[in-house]
Amino acid sequence: MNVLLDNLSLYGQGLLGTVELTVYSSLLALVLGFLMAAFRVAPVGSLRAIGTVWVNVLRNTPLTLLFFAVVLGLPRFGLVLPFTLFAVLALGCYTSAFICEAVRSGINTVPTGQGEAARSLGMSFPQTLGDIVLPQAFRSVIPPIGSTLIALAKNSAIAGAFSVVELLGVYKPLSERGYSIIWTFVWIAVGYLLVTLTISALFHVLEKRYGVAR
Amino acid sequence: MTTALYDVPGPRARQRHRLYGIASTVVILAVLAGIVHLLFTTGQFTAAKWTPFTYQGIQDLLLRGLGNTLRAFGLAAVLSLAFGAVFATGRLSVHRAVRWLSTVVVEFFRAMPVLVMIFFIYVALKAEPLVALVAGLTLYNGSVLAEVFRSGINAVERGQREAAYALGMRKTQVMTQILAPQAVRAMLPAIISQLVVALKDTSLGYLITYEEFLHAGKLIASNLDYDLPFIPVVMIISPIYIGMCMLLSWLANWVARRQRRNPKVEAVEVAAPEPGTLLPGGTRPPAK
Repeated sequence: MNVLLDNLSLYGQGLLGTVELTVYSSLLALVLGFLMAAFRVAPVGSLRAIGTVWVNVLRNTPLTLLFFAVVLGLPRFGLVLPFTLFAVLALGCYTSAFICEAVRSGINTVPTGQGEAARSLGMSFPQTLGDIVLPQAFRSVIPPIGSTLIALAKNSAIAGAFSVVELLGVYKPLSERGYSIIWTFVWIAVGYLLVTLTISALFHVLEKRYGVAR
Repeated sequence: MTTALYDVPGPRARQRHRLYGIASTVVILAVLAGIVHLLFTTGQFTAAKWTPFTYQGIQDLLLRGLGNTLRAFGLAAVLSLAFGAVFATGRLSVHRAVRWLSTVVVEFFRAMPVLVMIFFIYVALKAEPLVALVAGLTLYNGSVLAEVFRSGINAVERGQREAAYALGMRKTQVMTQILAPQAVRAMLPAIISQLVVALKDTSLGYLITYEEFLHAGKLIASNLDYDLPFIPVVMIISPIYIGMCMLLSWLANWVARRQRRNPKVEAVEVAAPEPGTLLPGGTRPPAK
């Protein structure tokens, strides 16, 4: 218990770092994921190919390898950015592949009649997708996107090992100061549970509000 | 590929799509060319950076790293399958205490970041890196697999279980001889996909200095004698890593496709899409 009370600000910083990483990477992942999903169902063949390659490569890349390449590799090309930005980039791109797959399978759950009706009204592909299909797909992709974002919050722990300020990194200064390691980790675990449970509660509300009635 | 999202393109739409296709291809090629140019101008293809890889010692280091990665993956895969089987059975148990305990264990380990568990075992319990890595992966992937197994067993038709009980089988016999084989068959793609996650996560061993593939790369890259061949190391390691994971993902897809193959739908050929019926007096657009 003392570990937490004595180092409240340290834990607070770590938790804030994790939340920040999670929020920014989620936004990047959502934008990229929706874009790639649109690419994957587009009528233009080369856009489809781009989407497919993006998803298949990133889904099969170990996140540590991605961090290794981005955080340690990009500076060698003279691209020096804060570590947090690199981490957001790596996490966002990695997660966007999973968001894309969730969205694409959501698009497939929309009855084909909807797309056909839109086309028969003379709507173009962007109109059909953006005005008719995606809003309906959105309702059924809330739960899978929620679990993807929870996975993102958990994956953000890897960033801590690449010298980004976040919750897992808190253990190092604390173990140097001689606090009980077990309790240090217990409170780190509680912090992560706090973040993941918040996301899950948020998506529960979203699903109640917008989800498909079953 | 047929889709409800857009009409079968006519001649003008096809032309437009070709234009978009060419434009996006050009953009992609430009980006790729930019990257290659960047690699050349920063001297990543100079002989000095690549000769180290012809040395026996470096090759051995990389291969040893790959071997260690595969060893950790193999151990974690087998142990997490066992862990998953035990806790799935626990969650389906008739005894409330066992069910409750298994639920708590599975839900807890599913909610924890796998890296936190690995660090906890490595730092707090002072385990060997390999033990910490395998234990962390087993706890996490085992818990996910437990849920996969459980939903698989619940998805087996109820009549199967009832028929087995009606034949006088015991509950262990029903589970091992009737439910588990059918569930595993249905869940095989999901199980293999989870093993891909385990394979990807073996790279976390790098963070606790387990001497796996990425760690071997790091050792080579940080060896000052070779003028820091960091980018060549990434260019060698990532195709191998990604290739291994893709191979396993492809296996999962192949199994899933095999299962979907159903004699009822296999024989039916769906006609290719074509432009709709012509109005009287209309002429068919030229074929592509």
